[in-house]
Amino acid sequence: MGFFSGFRGSLGAWINRIFGKKRAKIGLYGPPNSGKTTLANRIVKDWSGGVVGTVSPIPHETRRAVRKEGVQINANGSSIELDIVDTPGMATKIDFKEFMAFGLDEAEAKKRAKEATEGVIEAIKWLDDLDGVLLIMDSTEDPYTQVNVTVIGNMEARKLPLLIVANKMDLPEASPARIKAAFPQHSMVPVSALEGTNIDELYQAIANHFG
Amino acid sequence: MDLISGEKLAKMTSMEKIRLILDKVKTGKIVVLESGLTPDEEVRLIEMTMTEIRVDEFSGIEIESYPSKKEGSFLDKIFGRSLKGRMTVIGPANQLRTIEKDQYQISTKVSVGD
Repeated sequence: MGFFSGFRGSLGAWINRIFGKKRAKIGLYGPPNSGKTTLANRIVKDWSGGVVGTVSPIPHETRRAVRKEGVQINANGSSIELDIVDTPGMATKIDFKEFMAFGLDEAEAKKRAKEATEGVIEAIKWLDDLDGVLLIMDSTEDPYTQVNVTVIGNMEARKLPLLIVANKMDLPEASPARIKAAFPQHSMVPVSALEGTNIDELYQAIANHFG
Repeated sequence: MDLISGEKLAKMTSMEKIRLILDKVKTGKIVVLESGLTPDEEVRLIEMTMTEIRVDEFSGIEIESYPSKKEGSFLDKIFGRSLKGRMTVIGPANQLRTIEKDQYQISTKVSVGD
């Protein structure tokens, strides 16, 4: 069984190489509330229809990784088929009191905190099973967060492609230039996932970067 | 506050480093690692931290380091060790707060007796 499934996988990869069909499993990573699910929804809506998950101003709305398979993106005359993995926000601390400030009662807040810790672990586990990462940063925030530093360090150590998405460029205090200055060695595309601004440039960058 | 030398860290396995850091931070200590952690060790530290978070006891860590240095010696590159960990500060999330961070400086505020 293992032999046949392995053979089928190898055959599929071989056929893809012969016919130039590119496929990649891409993880959307970033701190909570940077707009990962908003961007995942935008990509999926633009290219295959449907949504990946719900969005909320309360941090850690996504607490389970969600994979959307077979999203075909065509840009720059090339085509790439993506498996998009929307991961829970990465964090080094989770305090249920933070959720109570958003109006959740104590029991709900504690449940959310517990699920959020599991979500961070799940996001970390997914790093072992990806072909590349879109690192979503909130361009109104300081880019030197430990989550950003850690994700970038891991992608560099694994020699996997990474594309930085400077999200929320629609907000007046957004500064994609600050992100570029912080991580000049990596390609960056400023977008507004919410409004769709500059999204075609992102698709071109995805096709170039992961294709 | 405990400052741990690069020599001591070099003799420890990844798991020993992570256990040492978490044990110290959970007792309220701030830990400064002279040579930091590798990117993989950083992510494993975050993973282990998540498993140890307890309501009203431990809400996690504040960790601050600089992006890994890419340049290594010729031998480092030969042996695939070109990513160097850099000085890292780790403390309890409820006591250590980063005020400002840039490419060259990390400013933190430490609350005592929280």
